[in-house]
Amino acid sequence: MTTAAESATSLVQSVDWLAIAPPLTAAAVALVVLVADLFVPEARKPLLGYGAVAGLVAALALIVPLHDGDRSTFCLTTGSHACSYTADHFTLVIQALVLGGALLTALLSIGDTRKLPAGEFWFLLLSSAAGAALLPASRDLATLVIALEVASLPAFALVGIKRGDRRSSEAALKFFLSSVVATAVMLLGVSFVYAATGTLHLTDLTGRLDHVDPQLSTLAGAGVALTLVGFAFKTAAAPFHFWVPDTYVGAPLPIAAYLSVVGKAVGFSGLILVTVVAFPAYADVWGPALAVLAALTMTVGNVAALRQSASRARGAVRLLAWSSVAQAGYLLVPVAAAAYAGERRIGSTVAYALMYAVVNLGAFAVAALVARTHPGNRIDDYRGLYATRPLAALALAFFLLCLAGLPPGVIGLFAKVTVFSAAVDAGLGWLAVVMAVNVVVALYYYLRWTAALFRGPSEEEAAPVVRPRVPAPLTAAIVLTAAAGVVLSGAPQTVLRFAGVNLF
Amino acid sequence: MQFLLALVVVGPLVGAVAALLPAPPGLKGRSPDQAVLRHGVTVTGVIFLATLVLAAGFDHDHPSKMQATTDISWIPALDVRIHLGIDGISLPLLVLTALLTFLCALYSYFKLPEGPSPKAFVALILVLESGTLATFAVLDLILFFLAFEMVLIPMYFLIARWGGAGRQAAAWKFILYTLLGSVVMLLGLLLIGLKSGTFDMVALATDNGRGLTTSVQVTAVLAIGIGLAVKTPMWPLHSWLPDAHTAAPTVGSVLLAGVLLKMGTYGFVRILLPVAPDGMHTFAPYLAAFAVAGIVYGSLACLALARPGAKGDLKRLIAYSSVGHMGFVLLGIASMTPTGVNGALFANIAHGLITGLLFFLVGAVKDRYGTADLDTLAGATGAALYGRAPRLGGLLAFAAVASLGLPGLAGFWGEMLALFGAFDPAAGLSRPAFLTFMSIAAFGTLLTAAYLLIVVRRVCMGANRDEPRAIADVQSYEFAAWTPLAALTVLAGLWPAVLLGLTDPAVQKLLAGGKS
Repeated sequence: MTTAAESATSLVQSVDWLAIAPPLTAAAVALVVLVADLFVPEARKPLLGYGAVAGLVAALALIVPLHDGDRSTFCLTTGSHACSYTADHFTLVIQALVLGGALLTALLSIGDTRKLPAGEFWFLLLSSAAGAALLPASRDLATLVIALEVASLPAFALVGIKRGDRRSSEAALKFFLSSVVATAVMLLGVSFVYAATGTLHLTDLTGRLDHVDPQLSTLAGAGVALTLVGFAFKTAAAPFHFWVPDTYVGAPLPIAAYLSVVGKAVGFSGLILVTVVAFPAYADVWGPALAVLAALTMTVGNVAALRQSASRARGAVRLLAWSSVAQAGYLLVPVAAAAYAGERRIGSTVAYALMYAVVNLGAFAVAALVARTHPGNRIDDYRGLYATRPLAALALAFFLLCLAGLPPGVIGLFAKVTVFSAAVDAGLGWLAVVMAVNVVVALYYYLRWTAALFRGPSEEEAAPVVRPRVPAPLTAAIVLTAAAGVVLSGAPQTVLRFAGVNLF
Repeated sequence: MQFLLALVVVGPLVGAVAALLPAPPGLKGRSPDQAVLRHGVTVTGVIFLATLVLAAGFDHDHPSKMQATTDISWIPALDVRIHLGIDGISLPLLVLTALLTFLCALYSYFKLPEGPSPKAFVALILVLESGTLATFAVLDLILFFLAFEMVLIPMYFLIARWGGAGRQAAAWKFILYTLLGSVVMLLGLLLIGLKSGTFDMVALATDNGRGLTTSVQVTAVLAIGIGLAVKTPMWPLHSWLPDAHTAAPTVGSVLLAGVLLKMGTYGFVRILLPVAPDGMHTFAPYLAAFAVAGIVYGSLACLALARPGAKGDLKRLIAYSSVGHMGFVLLGIASMTPTGVNGALFANIAHGLITGLLFFLVGAVKDRYGTADLDTLAGATGAALYGRAPRLGGLLAFAAVASLGLPGLAGFWGEMLALFGAFDPAAGLSRPAFLTFMSIAAFGTLLTAAYLLIVVRRVCMGANRDEPRAIADVQSYEFAAWTPLAALTVLAGLWPAVLLGLTDPAVQKLLAGGKS
């Protein structure tokens, strides 16, 4: 009897509620909003949005007490004591990134949701954010896949939420199909890995993959490869990027922003976890593969962005979509470098992702502002923005130059410098050169857009300018991102310190 | 002192932000345009005064020592420090930059280039000034790169918004060329920084390449050299320059030729020579060959443009002449001797003064005639500036003669020392090769003299046609902007020791690996 009780207690895991508070809060608020939607009268629906914003702020605030980065929970009580949920520095930084990204998306959406079903929208957004916040913390393959799906499934619905809009449905379908294929491939890979090693915990996998039964080594290798292919889909690395532009263009603009930042962060944190934490034994395989993928991704993204014509409808979002593909290529570089020079290189990806999140969301925020008066959202619609909205134009110029990596976008420049130094340090000189050429190519389209902002408005638009009122949350989003960008440019150490340290 | 240096770097930046804000009450002036232009003159004037004070407070007995240093940690993660300081190499360039920018601001106050609001114009000029001054004052490789990049955006907009015909294409060419070069340069800088463990130029110069293997040095010199050579510009990477100069507004051309090009050659002297001497040794003969090719090519291009019936643009011609002059600078650097490097630095300053003046003058001619096309200007016999606007003609002839390297004017010493350097290159470099380079370069001086004299003949001389429109002679504000340049050209020509006394000890120290 006593032995039974003992074994029972030894199987019961104590849960560290504080450690899991950030994703949990987001999930709880999601449910509250969904239920509240039933009782809130139509006129008060905007309150739901503010509720969601408050929930995300609370989730962000709950990261602060965890800043020591030493908590973990859902641990095995026997054997290796491996944990399924770890709140280390990597987790916290990515959680801050995704929750912050979701918060800005929420701010962008508040003025935009009138035509959308409010309750569902906020529920889906918060659930997706909860999944995204869970993912960097998960340290076993099952939790990883579940978190990935929690983050992705609501995103499909969000993309297609514009009911009756053919493009929106098509975008959702494309996104859904490619993502489901990725998940299926990944699950197959995970099951192979499990079959070969008998564990799902990432930290345990590290050791066991080194000593796989020779008969099973092919299985293990195939499992690793398939898992990585699945994540390559999620990060939209070339050649798995084809769904990106159509999905971004079809989705509501804030959701495109969300996908470009939070969606990418999810894919990348998953990729980093499996490569660096779980599969370092196969570094000689995934290192070169990721390096090639990185070079391919940035080149494909930049060349396609270069070919975007300025007068095409929704050209602005399409350009940002291709630019996000190219940026994903830069983000992959330090992950590839980690195969050669150790996991500390991951910090460069994290630092770059933080910079990218701030400025890309900022660029989308200004795009959302312009889309209010120019629903077509062509690049041409930005001509002469400086004359009508000088501050928004300056902000967008700053964001674009950050993405390009030119002063005054100092933070963008230094983020690129860390990525370059990761590549050079790892001996990937050729990748650094490919990236250098890509940076110059990218400069052309970023700068063309920037230059357009300051030109005189075209003749057809010389008509008297109407300046409709801008909703406060949208203004807040632009101000927040611009302020963050400027502060980071003055004190790049705030994000770059992650580049030099071991986050795990 | 260190406060002054920090002010010199940051001041223009603050001024640029202030230029975008509405003028405070009491400083509104006659109109917003006038107020902001006056603001530009004030800020650049203050910065120029600050550099003069810096020069006065500079310890002239120890010009090889870094002075007015600031050293603050900025980004520990990348080991980037805000390390500022000046020695005998950077001080003259700092003063030259501040002077030229001030003169440009003064000139624009009276004669604003046609284009959109002067507000943005002043702000861009100030950002440009800050970036250039920072390039000459920083002692950290990454900061150097940052400052190097900082001038791109303002220059792009200066050309693209205030320029003449073909400005969009020229602006694109300028920025894409330079950026491609500087990204490659960044890779080289990172290679040096990562392999030697520090980005600090002083520490690296003291190390004198001992911490770097030869293969690393060769790769780094190749990468950094390409970036700097695009900026300098070295033949055959120069093709952005003529277009940019032709399209740029007068002030833009003056700053581009007078200051921006110096950033490239300064980088060669400050970074490549002391930090990677072995790599430099490997590439010195090639560098010299390209430099000599640039001298001859620039002169021949100028001759072709100056020919009657060639429809040569005067600004384009001076741009090509810059390619030739920078060839002398590169030849001096490639000799890797104190004589040659001193000559290069001297030629740098001289070219900044003389070509700055030439671009001012040609801009003035273009304003008066509405064209810089040599054939239209000259007509059948010549533009007869001597007769129609004697002072303008005189100044133009003076600048042209200075540019061709007449002894007694600034252009002479730099080129002569560079040739001397090539006559007796550093140990280990092939003497016969350098002797050949030297003789070709000397032949280049003859070609230079030929085209400049043709230009003087066609623009200044000629029959005095009785044209209805009178040509205004030099205005007082133009005198104010040009006299300092002309005076300094004479001063540097007659008393070269002012400059050489500053640069020589610093150059000796750099080449000796920071010992002496």
